[in-house]
Amino acid sequence: MTARIGVVTFPGTLDDRDTQRAVRLAGAEAVPLWHRDKDLKQVDAVVLPGGFSYGDYLRAGAISRFSPLMGTIIDQAKAGMPVLGICNGFQVLTESHLLPGAMLRNNHLHFICRDQKLRVESDRTAWTADYVAGQEISIPLKNIDGRYVADERTLDMLEAEGRVAFRYLDVNPNGSLRDIAGITNEAGNVVGLMPHPEHAVEPGIGTGRTDGLGFFTSILKKLVNV
Amino acid sequence: MARVVVDVMLKPEILDPQGQAVQRALPRLGFEGISDVRQGKRFELEVDGPLDEAALARIHEMAETFLANTVIEDFVVKVEEAEAVKVES
Repeated sequence: MTARIGVVTFPGTLDDRDTQRAVRLAGAEAVPLWHRDKDLKQVDAVVLPGGFSYGDYLRAGAISRFSPLMGTIIDQAKAGMPVLGICNGFQVLTESHLLPGAMLRNNHLHFICRDQKLRVESDRTAWTADYVAGQEISIPLKNIDGRYVADERTLDMLEAEGRVAFRYLDVNPNGSLRDIAGITNEAGNVVGLMPHPEHAVEPGIGTGRTDGLGFFTSILKKLVNV
Repeated sequence: MARVVVDVMLKPEILDPQGQAVQRALPRLGFEGISDVRQGKRFELEVDGPLDEAALARIHEMAETFLANTVIEDFVVKVEEAEAVKVES
């Protein structure tokens, strides 16, 4: 039996299908989850994909955070269930306070869409075990609300505890403090990042790189080996 | 019916590029002498029933948990005076 990985669809989610495909390519079963349900359909892990859930009204991720499904996900995440938030999903995780800090409008105010080089800073999370700390990967980045901010004390804590999971390389694309592209919670089961690993899982599509596949193979191995 | 206004502003230490863009446009438009602009949000809430302490406490909770993200934003809750109703004869 393989692992069941839930992929959440909110109104305005865009990347749920790509995420389901990435989950399947890694060898897991993708289980679509709907924001208005409370039931997680007995999945082993959840991915919150990118898009503009609830139109990003109020703040990106602010309204999704109060959806019935997120109530269940927040409880389960606190109990140790692996959760990955990509782009808008990362914004939902910070709004849910499952991850510290907040996401704001890019400092240059433009939407960006390009391949972005990152350094994987932590291979000790549920979603990055198939990488090696220090490894450089290149995956697509596409957003307008990608500027990660937190107060100095929180940033120092994240650095000291090894919870900066990904850092932008070569260029800081949005003014994120300390070049942070993604972070993890203390337990390593909840990870959020702005760039899109699910768009870099197949040779011959996009840049042809498969640098993002490791997110999905990491979680599969972790769940199957449990 | 009472009106309560919730003003939400980015904390002073948070960079506000939208406010900066507005500020930079001002001289070009002939509005001189504005050295800084910060952009925020204003929510006008029409409250059913009496605006007692409990109702205000609920609004404060709403502002703190939903209307503002207190990681990056400050908020102020204000009760607006009811507008006097004019009757034209």
